[in-house]
Amino acid sequence: MIGISHYLILSGILFSIGFMGVLRRKNLLMLFFATEVMLNAVNIAFAAIGNYYGDLSGQMFAFFVIAVAASEVAVGLGLLIVLYKKHHSLDLDVISSMKG
Amino acid sequence: MYEVIAFYIFAISTTVLFMITAMSKNILYAMTSLAAGMVMISGFFFLLGADFLGVVQLIVYVGAVMALYAFAMMFFDATKDIKEKHNSPALVFLLGGLMALVFVVMFSAPIIGENIQALYPVVEGVGNAQAVGIVLFTKYLVPFEVAAIMLLVAMIAGIILAGKKMDFSLTTNEELPLVDKESEDEILKESR
Repeated sequence: MIGISHYLILSGILFSIGFMGVLRRKNLLMLFFATEVMLNAVNIAFAAIGNYYGDLSGQMFAFFVIAVAASEVAVGLGLLIVLYKKHHSLDLDVISSMKG
Repeated sequence: MYEVIAFYIFAISTTVLFMITAMSKNILYAMTSLAAGMVMISGFFFLLGADFLGVVQLIVYVGAVMALYAFAMMFFDATKDIKEKHNSPALVFLLGGLMALVFVVMFSAPIIGENIQALYPVVEGVGNAQAVGIVLFTKYLVPFEVAAIMLLVAMIAGIILAGKKMDFSLTTNEELPLVDKESEDEILKESR
Protein backbone atom coordinates (compact mmCIF):
# COMPACT_ATOMS: atom_id res chain seq x y z
CA MET A 1 0.00 0.00 0.00
CA ILE A 2 1.18 3.50 -0.80
CA GLY A 3 1.75 5.53 2.34
CA ILE A 4 3.07 8.97 3.06
CA SER A 5 6.67 7.74 3.05
CA HIS A 6 6.48 6.86 -0.65
CA TYR A 7 5.34 10.37 -1.52
CA LEU A 8 7.93 12.03 0.72
CA ILE A 9 10.82 9.99 -0.65
CA LEU A 10 9.66 10.65 -4.22
CA SER A 11 9.44 14.35 -3.45
CA GLY A 12 12.96 14.27 -2.00
CA ILE A 13 14.27 12.55 -5.13
CA LEU A 14 12.59 15.08 -7.44
CA PHE A 15 13.92 17.96 -5.33
CA SER A 16 17.41 16.46 -5.59
CA ILE A 17 17.08 16.27 -9.38
CA GLY A 18 16.14 19.94 -9.47
CA PHE A 19 19.00 20.79 -7.12
CA MET A 20 21.49 18.94 -9.30
CA GLY A 21 20.16 20.92 -12.26
CA VAL A 22 20.66 24.20 -10.38
CA LEU A 23 24.22 23.18 -9.50
CA ARG A 24 25.38 22.09 -12.93
CA ARG A 25 23.47 24.39 -15.29
CA LYS A 26 25.25 27.36 -16.83
CA ASN A 27 22.39 28.55 -19.04
CA LEU A 28 19.96 30.84 -17.24
CA LEU A 29 16.82 29.49 -18.92
CA MET A 30 17.77 25.93 -17.97
CA LEU A 31 18.41 27.16 -14.42
CA PHE A 32 14.82 28.41 -14.35
CA PHE A 33 13.56 24.99 -15.45
CA ALA A 34 15.50 23.37 -12.60
CA THR A 35 13.92 25.72 -10.05
CA GLU A 36 10.47 24.81 -11.40
CA VAL A 37 11.29 21.14 -10.77
CA MET A 38 12.22 21.96 -7.17
CA LEU A 39 9.00 23.93 -6.59
CA ASN A 40 6.90 21.04 -7.96
CA ALA A 41 8.68 18.53 -5.72
CA VAL A 42 7.85 20.60 -2.66
CA ASN A 43 4.21 20.84 -3.76
CA ILE A 44 3.96 17.03 -3.78
CA ALA A 45 5.31 16.90 -0.22
CA PHE A 46 2.81 19.55 0.93
CA ALA A 47 -0.15 17.73 -0.62
CA ALA A 48 0.97 14.35 0.76
CA ILE A 49 1.44 15.60 4.33
CA GLY A 50 -1.85 17.49 4.20
CA ASN A 51 -3.60 14.33 3.04
CA TYR A 52 -1.93 12.25 5.78
CA TYR A 53 -3.01 14.53 8.63
CA GLY A 54 -6.44 15.31 7.15
CA ASP A 55 -5.45 18.97 7.05
CA LEU A 56 -6.08 21.52 4.33
CA SER A 57 -3.10 23.74 5.20
CA GLY A 58 -0.82 21.66 3.01
CA GLN A 59 -2.95 22.29 -0.05
CA MET A 60 -3.17 26.00 0.84
CA PHE A 61 0.61 26.30 0.94
CA ALA A 62 0.84 24.48 -2.38
CA PHE A 63 -1.55 27.08 -3.87
CA PHE A 64 0.60 29.94 -2.64
CA VAL A 65 3.73 28.21 -3.96
CA ILE A 66 2.05 28.03 -7.37
CA ALA A 67 1.16 31.75 -7.19
CA VAL A 68 4.74 32.67 -6.23
CA ALA A 69 6.11 30.47 -9.04
CA ALA A 70 3.84 32.15 -11.60
CA SER A 71 4.94 35.67 -10.62
CA GLU A 72 8.58 34.55 -10.44
CA VAL A 73 8.37 33.30 -14.02
CA ALA A 74 6.78 36.56 -15.24
CA VAL A 75 9.45 38.80 -13.69
CA GLY A 76 12.33 36.40 -14.34
CA LEU A 77 11.57 36.02 -18.03
CA GLY A 78 11.39 39.81 -18.41
CA LEU A 79 14.82 40.08 -16.81
CA LEU A 80 16.14 37.28 -19.05
CA ILE A 81 14.98 39.15 -22.16
CA VAL A 82 16.68 42.35 -20.95
CA LEU A 83 19.90 40.38 -20.27
CA TYR A 84 19.74 38.74 -23.69
CA LYS A 85 19.31 42.12 -25.38
CA LYS A 86 22.40 43.40 -23.58
CA HIS A 87 24.80 40.43 -23.83
CA HIS A 88 23.31 38.30 -26.68
CA SER A 89 23.82 35.28 -24.50
CA LEU A 90 22.28 33.58 -21.49
CA ASP A 91 25.45 31.84 -20.36
CA LEU A 92 26.38 32.66 -16.79
CA ASP A 93 30.12 32.76 -17.60
CA VAL A 94 29.48 35.40 -20.30
CA ILE A 95 27.04 37.45 -18.26
CA SER A 96 29.00 37.52 -15.00
CA SER A 97 30.72 40.86 -14.51
CA MET A 98 32.19 40.40 -11.02
CA LYS A 99 35.65 38.94 -10.65
CA GLY A 100 35.99 36.15 -8.15
CA MET B 1 -4.12 -1.95 -6.02
CA TYR B 2 -4.88 0.63 -8.69
CA GLU B 3 -3.38 3.29 -6.46
CA VAL B 4 -0.09 1.38 -6.30
CA ILE B 5 0.06 0.94 -10.06
CA ALA B 6 -0.84 4.60 -10.69
CA PHE B 7 1.70 5.83 -8.12
CA TYR B 8 4.56 3.87 -9.63
CA ILE B 9 3.66 4.87 -13.20
CA PHE B 10 3.54 8.56 -12.22
CA ALA B 11 6.67 8.29 -10.06
CA ILE B 12 8.81 6.67 -12.73
CA SER B 13 7.58 8.99 -15.50
CA THR B 14 8.10 12.18 -13.46
CA THR B 15 11.58 11.10 -12.39
CA VAL B 16 12.62 10.27 -15.95
CA LEU B 17 11.07 13.43 -17.43
CA PHE B 18 12.62 15.74 -14.85
CA MET B 19 15.95 13.99 -15.32
CA ILE B 20 15.71 14.88 -19.02
CA THR B 21 14.90 18.47 -18.00
CA ALA B 22 17.97 18.68 -15.78
CA MET B 23 20.38 16.96 -18.17
CA SER B 24 19.30 17.78 -21.75
CA LYS B 25 21.38 20.07 -23.95
CA ASN B 26 18.44 21.28 -26.04
CA ILE B 27 16.08 23.92 -24.63
CA LEU B 28 13.10 22.56 -26.57
CA TYR B 29 13.54 19.03 -25.20
CA ALA B 30 14.00 20.36 -21.67
CA MET B 31 10.87 22.51 -21.87
CA THR B 32 8.71 19.76 -23.37
CA SER B 33 9.78 17.21 -20.77
CA LEU B 34 9.17 19.76 -17.99
CA ALA B 35 5.61 20.34 -19.26
CA ALA B 36 4.96 16.59 -19.48
CA GLY B 37 6.38 16.08 -15.98
CA MET B 38 4.03 18.73 -14.61
CA VAL B 39 1.05 16.92 -16.15
CA MET B 40 2.23 13.75 -14.41
CA ILE B 41 2.60 15.63 -11.09
CA SER B 42 -1.05 16.67 -11.25
CA GLY B 43 -1.76 12.93 -11.23
CA PHE B 44 -0.27 12.71 -7.73
CA PHE B 45 -2.59 15.49 -6.56
CA PHE B 46 -5.63 13.61 -7.87
CA LEU B 47 -4.37 10.45 -6.14
CA LEU B 48 -4.02 12.39 -2.86
CA GLY B 49 -7.60 13.67 -3.04
CA ALA B 50 -6.56 17.25 -3.77
CA ASP B 51 -8.68 17.59 -6.89
CA PHE B 52 -8.72 21.37 -6.98
CA LEU B 53 -4.94 21.55 -6.58
CA GLY B 54 -4.53 19.11 -9.47
CA VAL B 55 -6.75 21.23 -11.72
CA VAL B 56 -4.87 24.40 -10.70
CA GLN B 57 -1.58 22.64 -11.42
CA LEU B 58 -2.81 21.74 -14.90
CA ILE B 59 -4.19 25.20 -15.68
CA VAL B 60 -1.51 27.40 -14.10
CA TYR B 61 1.65 25.37 -14.59
CA VAL B 62 1.04 23.53 -17.82
CA GLY B 63 -1.24 26.17 -19.30
CA ALA B 64 0.19 29.50 -18.19
CA VAL B 65 3.78 29.04 -17.02
CA MET B 66 4.87 26.73 -19.80
CA ALA B 67 3.12 28.90 -22.40
CA LEU B 68 5.05 31.87 -20.98
CA TYR B 69 8.29 29.93 -21.34
CA ALA B 70 7.34 28.99 -24.90
CA PHE B 71 6.69 32.64 -25.77
CA ALA B 72 9.92 33.75 -24.11
CA MET B 73 11.85 31.16 -26.12
CA MET B 74 10.84 33.01 -29.28
CA PHE B 75 13.20 35.79 -28.15
CA PHE B 76 16.11 33.37 -27.85
CA ASP B 77 17.52 30.99 -30.42
CA ALA B 78 16.15 27.68 -29.22
CA THR B 79 17.27 25.46 -32.08
CA LYS B 80 21.00 25.35 -31.37
CA ASP B 81 22.38 23.16 -28.62
CA ILE B 82 23.65 24.80 -25.47
CA LYS B 83 27.35 24.58 -24.81
CA GLU B 84 28.11 24.60 -21.11
CA LYS B 85 31.59 24.65 -19.68
CA HIS B 86 31.94 22.52 -16.56
CA ASN B 87 35.03 23.06 -14.49
CA SER B 88 34.87 20.01 -12.24
CA PRO B 89 31.87 17.76 -12.95
CA ALA B 90 33.05 15.12 -10.46
CA LEU B 91 32.98 17.60 -7.59
CA VAL B 92 29.52 18.83 -8.60
CA PHE B 93 28.20 15.27 -8.68
CA LEU B 94 29.78 14.45 -5.30
CA LEU B 95 28.35 17.57 -3.63
CA GLY B 96 25.03 17.12 -5.40
CA GLY B 97 24.80 13.48 -4.30
CA LEU B 98 25.54 14.36 -0.69
CA MET B 99 22.99 17.18 -0.75
CA ALA B 100 20.47 14.85 -2.39
CA LEU B 101 20.90 12.36 0.46
CA VAL B 102 20.40 15.16 3.00
CA PHE B 103 17.28 16.36 1.17
CA VAL B 104 15.72 12.90 1.00
CA VAL B 105 16.30 12.36 4.73
CA MET B 106 15.01 15.87 5.48
CA PHE B 107 11.88 15.49 3.36
CA SER B 108 11.06 12.10 4.87
CA ALA B 109 11.60 13.30 8.45
CA PRO B 110 7.84 13.92 9.06
CA ILE B 111 7.33 10.13 8.78
CA ILE B 112 8.56 9.73 12.36
CA GLY B 113 6.77 12.84 13.68
CA GLU B 114 3.70 11.42 15.42
CA ASN B 115 2.36 14.24 17.58
CA ILE B 116 1.17 16.63 14.86
CA GLN B 117 -2.47 17.71 15.03
CA ALA B 118 -4.56 18.93 12.11
CA LEU B 119 -4.94 22.71 12.39
CA TYR B 120 -7.70 23.03 9.78
CA PRO B 121 -9.30 19.61 9.43
CA VAL B 122 -10.94 18.61 6.17
CA VAL B 123 -14.56 19.75 6.21
CA GLU B 124 -16.91 16.77 6.16
CA GLY B 125 -19.70 16.34 3.65
CA VAL B 126 -18.46 18.68 0.91
CA GLY B 127 -16.17 18.15 -2.06
CA ASN B 128 -12.55 19.18 -2.21
CA ALA B 129 -13.19 22.44 -4.09
CA GLN B 130 -15.79 23.61 -1.53
CA ALA B 131 -13.54 22.68 1.41
CA VAL B 132 -10.63 24.56 -0.15
CA GLY B 133 -12.85 27.58 -0.74
CA ILE B 134 -14.10 27.59 2.86
CA VAL B 135 -10.57 27.56 4.28
CA LEU B 136 -9.11 29.92 1.65
CA PHE B 137 -11.70 32.64 2.16
CA THR B 138 -11.71 32.50 5.97
CA LYS B 139 -8.32 31.60 7.41
CA TYR B 140 -6.16 32.46 4.42
CA LEU B 141 -7.99 35.54 3.12
CA VAL B 142 -5.16 38.04 3.76
CA PRO B 143 -2.42 35.91 2.12
CA PHE B 144 -4.83 35.36 -0.79
CA GLU B 145 -5.25 39.12 -1.33
CA VAL B 146 -1.51 39.69 -0.93
CA ALA B 147 -0.89 37.00 -3.55
CA ALA B 148 -3.31 38.81 -5.87
CA ILE B 149 -1.39 42.10 -5.46
CA MET B 150 1.90 40.24 -5.97
CA LEU B 151 0.62 38.76 -9.24
CA LEU B 152 -0.47 42.23 -10.41
CA VAL B 153 2.98 43.66 -9.60
CA ALA B 154 4.63 40.74 -11.40
CA MET B 155 2.45 41.29 -14.47
CA ILE B 156 3.33 45.01 -14.63
CA ALA B 157 7.02 44.20 -14.12
CA GLY B 158 6.96 41.61 -16.89
CA ILE B 159 5.31 44.04 -19.32
CA ILE B 160 7.74 46.87 -18.48
CA LEU B 161 10.85 44.68 -18.66
CA ALA B 162 10.00 42.79 -21.84
CA GLY B 163 8.19 45.60 -23.63
CA LYS B 164 11.17 47.91 -24.27
CA LYS B 165 12.61 47.95 -27.80
CA MET B 166 10.18 45.34 -29.08
CA ASP B 167 10.85 46.41 -32.71
CA PHE B 168 14.50 45.31 -32.42
CA SER B 169 14.91 41.75 -33.66
CA LEU B 170 17.31 39.83 -31.46
CA THR B 171 17.97 36.77 -33.58
CA THR B 172 18.58 38.59 -36.89
CA ASN B 173 20.83 41.24 -35.28
CA GLU B 174 22.90 38.71 -33.39
CA GLU B 175 26.25 40.51 -33.77
CA LEU B 176 25.01 44.08 -33.28
CA PRO B 177 25.06 45.19 -29.66
CA LEU B 178 21.96 47.12 -28.76
CA VAL B 179 23.88 49.85 -26.93
CA ASP B 180 27.64 50.09 -27.41
CA LYS B 181 29.87 50.88 -24.49
CA GLU B 182 30.71 54.53 -25.30
CA SER B 183 27.18 55.70 -25.90
CA GLU B 184 26.09 53.88 -22.75
CA ASP B 185 28.72 55.79 -20.75
CA GLU B 186 27.58 59.06 -22.32
CA ILE B 187 24.00 58.35 -21.39
CA LEU B 188 25.11 57.58 -17.85
CA LYS B 189 27.12 60.82 -17.65
CA GLU B 190 24.24 62.91 -18.96
CA SER B 191 21.85 61.43 -16.48
CA ARG B 192 24.05 62.40 -13.53
